[in-house]
Amino acid sequence: MKITLNGTPTEVRAETLAAVLDELGYGEAKVATAVNENFVPAAARGQTTLSPGDRVEVVAPRQGG
Amino acid sequence: MQLYGTEITSRLMLGTAQYPSPAVLAEAFRRSGAGIATVSVRREAGGERAGAAFWDLVRELGVTLLPNTAGCHSVREAVTTAQMARELFDTPWIKLEVIGHADTLQPDPFGLVEAAQILSDDGFRVFPYTTEDVVLADRLLDAGCEILMPWGAPIGTGLGLTNIYGLRTLRAQFPEVPMVVDAGLGLPSQAAMAMEMGFDAVLLNTAVAKAGDPAAMAQGFARAVEAGRLAYEADPMEPRDMAAPSTPVIGKAFLE
Repeated sequence: MKITLNGTPTEVRAETLAAVLDELGYGEAKVATAVNENFVPAAARGQTTLSPGDRVEVVAPRQGG
Repeated sequence: MQLYGTEITSRLMLGTAQYPSPAVLAEAFRRSGAGIATVSVRREAGGERAGAAFWDLVRELGVTLLPNTAGCHSVREAVTTAQMARELFDTPWIKLEVIGHADTLQPDPFGLVEAAQILSDDGFRVFPYTTEDVVLADRLLDAGCEILMPWGAPIGTGLGLTNIYGLRTLRAQFPEVPMVVDAGLGLPSQAAMAMEMGFDAVLLNTAVAKAGDPAAMAQGFARAVEAGRLAYEADPMEPRDMAAPSTPVIGKAFLE
Protein backbone atom coordinates (compact mmCIF):
# COMPACT_ATOMS: atom_id res chain seq x y z
CA MET A 1 0.00 0.00 0.00
CA LYS A 2 1.03 3.60 -0.46
CA ILE A 3 1.49 5.76 2.63
CA THR A 4 3.08 9.16 3.10
CA LEU A 5 6.27 8.89 5.16
CA ASN A 6 7.70 12.19 6.36
CA GLY A 7 5.92 13.93 3.50
CA THR A 8 7.10 11.54 0.80
CA PRO A 9 4.77 9.00 -0.93
CA THR A 10 6.16 5.59 0.02
CA GLU A 11 5.14 2.05 -1.01
CA VAL A 12 5.22 -0.46 1.86
CA ARG A 13 4.27 -4.14 2.22
CA ALA A 14 3.95 -4.37 6.02
CA GLU A 15 0.70 -3.52 7.76
CA THR A 16 1.57 -2.43 11.29
CA LEU A 17 3.57 0.67 12.11
CA ALA A 18 6.23 -1.43 13.86
CA ALA A 19 6.64 -3.68 10.81
CA VAL A 20 6.73 -0.70 8.44
CA LEU A 21 9.53 0.87 10.47
CA ASP A 22 11.45 -2.41 10.23
CA GLU A 23 10.81 -2.63 6.51
CA LEU A 24 12.09 0.90 5.96
CA GLY A 25 15.34 0.32 7.83
CA TYR A 26 14.66 2.09 11.13
CA GLY A 27 15.58 -1.00 13.13
CA GLU A 28 16.55 0.05 16.65
CA ALA A 29 16.81 3.75 15.71
CA LYS A 30 15.90 6.28 18.40
CA VAL A 31 12.70 7.62 16.84
CA ALA A 32 9.22 8.74 17.82
CA THR A 33 6.16 8.37 15.62
CA ALA A 34 2.85 9.94 14.72
CA VAL A 35 0.13 8.72 12.36
CA ASN A 36 -2.28 11.22 10.83
CA GLU A 37 -1.03 13.87 13.28
CA ASN A 38 -1.64 11.69 16.35
CA PHE A 39 1.26 10.54 18.51
CA VAL A 40 1.77 6.77 18.55
CA PRO A 41 3.86 5.63 21.55
CA ALA A 42 6.60 3.12 20.83
CA ALA A 43 4.75 0.47 22.82
CA ALA A 44 1.67 0.84 20.60
CA ARG A 45 3.39 0.54 17.21
CA GLY A 46 2.87 -3.22 17.04
CA GLN A 47 -0.88 -2.86 17.44
CA THR A 48 -1.18 0.16 15.12
CA THR A 49 -2.41 -1.01 11.72
CA LEU A 50 -1.81 1.37 8.84
CA SER A 51 -4.21 2.09 6.00
CA PRO A 52 -3.48 3.34 2.48
CA GLY A 53 -2.99 7.10 2.48
CA ASP A 54 -1.96 7.30 6.14
CA ARG A 55 0.46 10.08 6.96
CA VAL A 56 3.31 8.74 9.07
CA GLU A 57 5.86 10.98 10.74
CA VAL A 58 9.09 9.55 12.11
CA VAL A 59 11.27 11.95 14.09
CA ALA A 60 14.51 11.76 16.06
CA PRO A 61 16.49 14.01 18.43
CA ARG A 62 17.98 17.05 16.72
CA GLN A 63 19.62 20.38 17.46
CA GLY A 64 17.24 23.07 18.73
CA GLY A 65 17.10 26.57 20.12
CA MET B 1 17.33 28.39 41.06
CA GLN B 2 14.52 25.84 41.01
CA LEU B 3 12.53 25.12 37.86
CA TYR B 4 9.62 22.72 38.35
CA GLY B 5 11.32 21.35 41.45
CA THR B 6 14.69 20.78 39.76
CA GLU B 7 17.69 22.65 41.08
CA ILE B 8 19.55 24.41 38.26
CA THR B 9 22.94 25.86 39.08
CA SER B 10 23.47 28.09 36.03
CA ARG B 11 21.22 30.95 35.01
CA LEU B 12 22.35 30.62 31.40
CA MET B 13 20.41 28.27 29.15
CA LEU B 14 21.84 27.49 25.74
CA GLY B 15 20.49 26.15 22.46
CA THR B 16 22.21 23.40 20.49
CA ALA B 17 21.49 24.56 16.93
CA GLN B 18 23.57 26.24 14.23
CA TYR B 19 27.06 25.53 15.56
CA PRO B 20 29.81 25.02 12.97
CA SER B 21 30.54 21.53 14.32
CA PRO B 22 29.69 19.19 17.20
CA ALA B 23 33.11 19.89 18.71
CA VAL B 24 32.46 23.64 18.74
CA LEU B 25 29.06 23.01 20.30
CA ALA B 26 30.62 20.95 23.08
CA GLU B 27 33.32 23.55 23.74
CA ALA B 28 30.75 26.35 23.81
CA PHE B 29 28.73 24.45 26.40
CA ARG B 30 31.82 23.76 28.46
CA ARG B 31 32.77 27.44 28.60
CA SER B 32 29.19 28.63 29.09
CA GLY B 33 28.63 26.53 32.18
CA ALA B 34 25.01 26.27 30.99
CA GLY B 35 22.86 23.87 33.00
CA ILE B 36 20.08 23.45 30.46
CA ALA B 37 20.28 22.73 26.73
CA THR B 38 17.37 23.12 24.34
CA VAL B 39 16.87 20.42 21.72
CA SER B 40 14.26 19.54 19.11
CA VAL B 41 12.80 16.65 17.13
CA ARG B 42 13.00 16.48 13.35
CA ARG B 43 12.24 13.96 10.63
CA GLU B 44 14.61 11.03 10.27
CA ALA B 45 14.96 8.69 7.29
CA GLY B 46 15.31 4.92 7.64
CA GLY B 47 18.93 3.97 8.23
CA GLU B 48 19.96 7.60 8.83
CA ARG B 49 20.75 7.29 12.58
CA ALA B 50 21.49 11.02 12.89
CA GLY B 51 19.24 11.14 15.94
CA ALA B 52 21.31 8.57 17.78
CA ALA B 53 24.52 10.48 17.06
CA PHE B 54 23.04 13.74 18.32
CA TRP B 55 21.59 11.98 21.36
CA ASP B 56 25.07 10.71 22.27
CA LEU B 57 26.50 14.20 21.84
CA VAL B 58 24.00 15.94 24.12
CA ARG B 59 24.19 13.28 26.79
CA GLU B 60 27.91 13.86 27.01
CA LEU B 61 27.26 17.54 27.75
CA GLY B 62 25.94 16.50 31.16
CA VAL B 63 23.17 19.09 31.16
CA THR B 64 19.41 18.96 31.65
CA LEU B 65 17.57 18.76 28.33
CA LEU B 66 14.66 20.99 27.41
CA PRO B 67 13.00 19.82 24.16
CA ASN B 68 11.12 22.42 22.14
CA THR B 69 8.20 22.53 19.73
CA ALA B 70 10.00 24.97 17.45
CA GLY B 71 8.32 25.66 14.14
CA CYS B 72 4.89 24.49 15.23
CA HIS B 73 2.08 26.77 14.08
CA SER B 74 -0.98 24.92 15.41
CA VAL B 75 -2.05 23.56 18.77
CA ARG B 76 -2.32 20.03 17.44
CA GLU B 77 1.11 20.15 15.85
CA ALA B 78 2.66 21.48 19.04
CA VAL B 79 0.93 18.92 21.25
CA THR B 80 1.89 15.98 19.03
CA THR B 81 5.47 17.25 18.79
CA ALA B 82 5.62 17.60 22.57
CA GLN B 83 4.39 14.03 23.00
CA MET B 84 7.03 12.72 20.60
CA ALA B 85 9.71 14.78 22.36
CA ARG B 86 8.68 13.44 25.77
CA GLU B 87 9.17 9.89 24.58
CA LEU B 88 12.47 10.59 22.80
CA PHE B 89 14.12 12.62 25.53
CA ASP B 90 12.39 10.93 28.46
CA THR B 91 11.39 14.19 30.13
CA PRO B 92 8.10 15.95 30.90
CA TRP B 93 9.78 19.31 30.27
CA ILE B 94 8.76 21.08 27.09
CA LYS B 95 9.62 24.51 25.72
CA LEU B 96 6.29 25.28 24.13
CA GLU B 97 6.38 27.31 20.93
CA VAL B 98 3.19 27.94 18.99
CA ILE B 99 4.17 30.40 16.31
CA GLY B 100 1.56 32.83 15.05
CA HIS B 101 3.40 35.04 12.58
CA ALA B 102 5.90 34.00 9.93
CA ASP B 103 8.09 37.11 9.80
CA THR B 104 8.39 37.87 13.50
CA LEU B 105 7.95 34.28 14.78
CA GLN B 106 5.72 35.90 17.39
CA PRO B 107 3.87 33.38 19.56
CA ASP B 108 0.19 32.81 18.79
CA PRO B 109 -1.19 33.78 22.21
CA PHE B 110 -4.48 31.94 21.76
CA GLY B 111 -2.91 28.71 20.54
CA LEU B 112 -0.20 28.97 23.18
CA VAL B 113 -2.68 29.06 26.07
CA GLU B 114 -4.74 26.21 24.59
CA ALA B 115 -1.69 24.01 24.03
CA ALA B 116 -0.28 24.86 27.48
CA GLN B 117 -3.53 23.72 29.10
CA ILE B 118 -3.63 20.45 27.15
CA LEU B 119 0.00 19.66 27.90
CA SER B 120 -0.19 20.63 31.58
CA ASP B 121 -3.27 18.42 31.99
CA ASP B 122 -1.27 15.61 30.36
CA GLY B 123 1.54 15.88 32.92
CA PHE B 124 3.97 18.05 30.99
CA ARG B 125 6.03 20.75 32.67
CA VAL B 126 5.51 23.60 30.25
CA PHE B 127 8.04 26.36 29.56
CA PRO B 128 5.98 28.69 27.34
CA TYR B 129 7.77 30.89 24.82
CA THR B 130 5.65 34.01 25.14
CA THR B 131 5.65 37.77 24.71
CA GLU B 132 5.85 40.39 27.47
CA ASP B 133 2.01 40.60 27.53
CA VAL B 134 0.85 40.51 31.16
CA VAL B 135 -2.65 39.30 30.33
CA LEU B 136 -1.28 36.42 28.33
CA ALA B 137 1.12 35.65 31.18
CA ASP B 138 -1.80 35.43 33.59
CA ARG B 139 -3.64 33.03 31.25
CA LEU B 140 -0.55 30.84 30.93
CA LEU B 141 -0.22 30.62 34.70
CA ASP B 142 -3.92 29.69 34.89
CA ALA B 143 -3.22 26.98 32.28
CA GLY B 144 -0.72 25.32 34.58
CA CYS B 145 2.58 26.94 33.62
CA GLU B 146 4.86 27.60 36.59
CA ILE B 147 7.47 29.47 34.57
CA LEU B 148 7.32 32.08 31.82
CA MET B 149 9.73 32.67 28.97
CA PRO B 150 9.12 36.12 27.46
CA TRP B 151 11.00 37.10 24.34
CA GLY B 152 13.57 39.87 24.40
CA ALA B 153 13.16 40.34 20.66
CA PRO B 154 12.11 38.10 17.76
CA ILE B 155 14.06 34.83 17.49
CA GLY B 156 17.42 35.16 15.81
CA THR B 157 17.43 38.96 15.54
CA GLY B 158 20.01 39.79 18.19
CA LEU B 159 18.19 43.05 18.91
CA GLY B 160 18.24 42.63 22.69
CA LEU B 161 15.42 43.85 24.91
CA THR B 162 13.15 45.75 22.54
CA ASN B 163 10.38 46.49 25.03
CA ILE B 164 12.04 47.28 28.33
CA TYR B 165 8.89 48.85 29.76
CA GLY B 166 6.84 45.74 28.93
CA LEU B 167 9.41 43.36 30.36
CA ARG B 168 9.81 45.41 33.53
CA THR B 169 6.03 45.45 33.98
CA LEU B 170 5.79 41.70 33.44
CA ARG B 171 8.57 41.10 35.97
CA ALA B 172 6.90 43.33 38.53
CA GLN B 173 3.43 41.83 38.07
CA PHE B 174 4.50 38.27 38.88
CA PRO B 175 7.41 38.56 41.31
CA GLU B 176 7.23 34.92 42.43
CA VAL B 177 7.17 33.34 38.97
CA PRO B 178 10.50 32.19 37.52
CA MET B 179 11.06 34.03 34.26
CA VAL B 180 13.58 33.37 31.53
CA VAL B 181 14.21 35.91 28.78
CA ASP B 182 14.17 33.70 25.72
CA ALA B 183 15.14 34.80 22.23
CA GLY B 184 16.41 37.94 20.58
CA LEU B 185 19.58 38.43 22.59
CA GLY B 186 22.70 39.23 20.57
CA LEU B 187 25.26 40.50 23.06
CA PRO B 188 26.29 39.73 26.64
CA SER B 189 25.41 43.29 27.70
CA GLN B 190 21.79 42.59 26.77
CA ALA B 191 21.80 39.43 28.88
CA ALA B 192 23.30 41.37 31.78
CA MET B 193 20.54 43.95 31.46
CA ALA B 194 17.84 41.26 31.59
CA MET B 195 19.43 39.83 34.73
CA GLU B 196 19.77 43.28 36.33
CA MET B 197 16.02 43.71 35.76
CA GLY B 198 15.38 40.66 37.92
CA PHE B 199 14.80 37.96 35.33
CA ASP B 200 15.90 34.60 36.67
CA ALA B 201 17.77 33.35 33.61
CA VAL B 202 18.30 33.87 29.90
CA LEU B 203 18.05 31.40 27.04
CA LEU B 204 19.90 32.01 23.81
CA ASN B 205 21.29 30.17 20.85
CA THR B 206 22.05 32.18 17.73
CA ALA B 207 24.16 34.81 19.52
CA VAL B 208 26.61 32.11 20.56
CA ALA B 209 26.37 29.68 17.66
CA LYS B 210 26.76 32.36 14.98
CA ALA B 211 29.57 34.28 16.68
CA GLY B 212 32.98 34.05 15.05
CA ASP B 213 34.22 32.26 18.15
CA PRO B 214 31.19 30.57 19.72
CA ALA B 215 33.05 29.25 22.76
CA ALA B 216 34.43 32.69 23.66
CA MET B 217 31.00 34.25 23.20
CA ALA B 218 29.48 31.55 25.39
CA GLN B 219 31.91 32.43 28.17
CA GLY B 220 31.17 36.13 27.63
CA PHE B 221 27.46 35.48 28.11
CA ALA B 222 28.17 33.38 31.20
CA ARG B 223 30.08 36.22 32.82
CA ALA B 224 27.42 38.77 31.82
CA VAL B 225 24.65 36.64 33.30
CA GLU B 226 26.59 36.25 36.52
CA ALA B 227 27.39 39.98 36.64
CA GLY B 228 23.79 40.94 36.00
CA ARG B 229 22.48 38.62 38.67
CA LEU B 230 25.01 39.88 41.23
CA ALA B 231 23.97 43.44 40.44
CA TYR B 232 20.28 42.60 40.88
CA GLU B 233 20.93 40.92 44.22
CA ALA B 234 23.13 43.83 45.31
CA ASP B 235 20.19 46.30 45.17
CA PRO B 236 21.51 48.91 42.68
CA MET B 237 21.54 52.64 43.42
CA GLU B 238 18.78 54.83 42.05
CA PRO B 239 19.82 56.89 39.01
CA ARG B 240 19.46 60.67 39.30
CA ASP B 241 19.54 63.56 36.87
CA MET B 242 21.97 65.90 38.61
CA ALA B 243 25.59 65.21 39.48
CA ALA B 244 26.55 64.33 43.04
CA PRO B 245 30.25 64.34 43.91
CA SER B 246 31.54 61.00 45.05
CA THR B 247 34.74 62.41 46.57
CA PRO B 248 34.09 64.19 49.91
CA VAL B 249 33.66 67.96 49.55
CA ILE B 250 34.55 68.63 53.18
CA GLY B 251 38.27 68.83 53.80
CA LYS B 252 39.21 69.89 50.29
CA ALA B 253 42.21 72.22 50.31
CA PHE B 254 41.28 75.85 49.74
CA LEU B 255 43.72 77.01 47.09
CA GLU B 256 42.14 80.08 45.52
